Amino acid sequence: MSEPKGRREFIQLLGFGGVVFASGLAGACTRLTRKSGGGDDDFFFVQLSDTHWGFKGPPNPEAADTLRQAVQAVNALPQQPDFIVFTGDLTHTTDDEAERRKRMREFKAIVDGLKAPVQRYMPGEHDASLDHGKAFEEHFGATHYSFDHKGIHFAVIDNVSDPEGAIGGAQIDWLLSDLKPLPAGAPIVVFTHRPLFDLAPQWDWATKDGSKAIDLLQHWKNVTVFYGHIHQEHHFRTGAIAHHAAQSLIFPLPPPLSQPKRAALPWDPAHPRRGLGFREISVDESRLVLTLKEDSLEGVGPAQPAAAGGSY
Amino acid sequence: MRGRSWILAASLAAALAVLGARAPSGFAAEERVIAVSAERFKFTPAVIELKAGETVVLEITSLDRKHGFQVPDLNVDESIEPGKVTRVRVTAAKAGTIPFHCSVFCGSGHEEMAGEIVVKP
Repeated sequence: MSEPKGRREFIQLLGFGGVVFASGLAGACTRLTRKSGGGDDDFFFVQLSDTHWGFKGPPNPEAADTLRQAVQAVNALPQQPDFIVFTGDLTHTTDDEAERRKRMREFKAIVDGLKAPVQRYMPGEHDASLDHGKAFEEHFGATHYSFDHKGIHFAVIDNVSDPEGAIGGAQIDWLLSDLKPLPAGAPIVVFTHRPLFDLAPQWDWATKDGSKAIDLLQHWKNVTVFYGHIHQEHHFRTGAIAHHAAQSLIFPLPPPLSQPKRAALPWDPAHPRRGLGFREISVDESRLVLTLKEDSLEGVGPAQPAAAGGSY
Repeated sequence: MRGRSWILAASLAAALAVLGARAPSGFAAEERVIAVSAERFKFTPAVIELKAGETVVLEITSLDRKHGFQVPDLNVDESIEPGKVTRVRVTAAKAGTIPFHCSVFCGSGHEEMAGEIVVKP
């Protein structure tokens, strides 16, 4: 597949922790350096979010194809990432427990077509809030966990299995015990679904006890949080912690509190898939500088036949 | 705020004062009581009208499952359990519109389960 025509080269150079966030529009951007000039020890990973497999509705008349289009777009990258992380809402919610599991099986069959060697998953409220994460765990494993990759510690926080959108004391205790051995300057990346800070509580864009996680994370100097839920790119800082929301792969939502009610932005037939996309995150050899690259699905060609995703 | 017998919250921006309680006692006899039902995926009424300066008590019940009644601007967040009445006392100081929504994920229409407190002059 050719390079997506609509790919947006919006590159942002930022550091972990205390380094000032620099917008690509402020003249501080740089081209992605993986192919030339990057160190041998550089690596990158990809964030996909809010695929909502099973959704049907006017905000995305191509919903049955969008996930496959995203898989093909990631597979078409000049290099494959070390891993891909899905930051929640893999499936669209349903009351029917059998249908919920069917959607998860279908999702797995499609993303099985990804070339990247490793995929990491976490739930969104659509996956986990109606059954406290039971079906998710059956199909994808633990809802919170941590792992290390090439000198960075990654922690996955579940703020959706509780239908009230809380992390809970037990998980906060786990997070503390998980991070406690790390030195204050250790590079840490957190993946979660809801924003940990109060982005827009009026639209349920918050985590009920997110301040407890932030208070804990503040003890480390180089922490970056990647999340989903709000279906748009968004960047924010709480103290030294950088928070970056990703675009969705189903339909975009309006900027926080920009209109009276939270509602999906209408599908634009003149610009199909506008506002949908994924993110590449490159990590330099110091492990203290991340470079974000937002890729759009706008202009990506039609999905290959469903057979490419395997059978369910 | 959950778990307290009485709740006191105030929002300068909204210029409202709110008291909420799970206990049925403690409300002045002259206060107007407004029954609010919660069911997937709506509140009835979805628009709660008050006059500036008026104090009302919202008596919120669930018709099907657990929901939440959250008014972030007023720092109110209550669980609405089936079979129970949750009471929230609201005093409107001046005109304004305050959104509220269900804060317990309840299914495919959860994101639309919301309403407004409209305070008229």
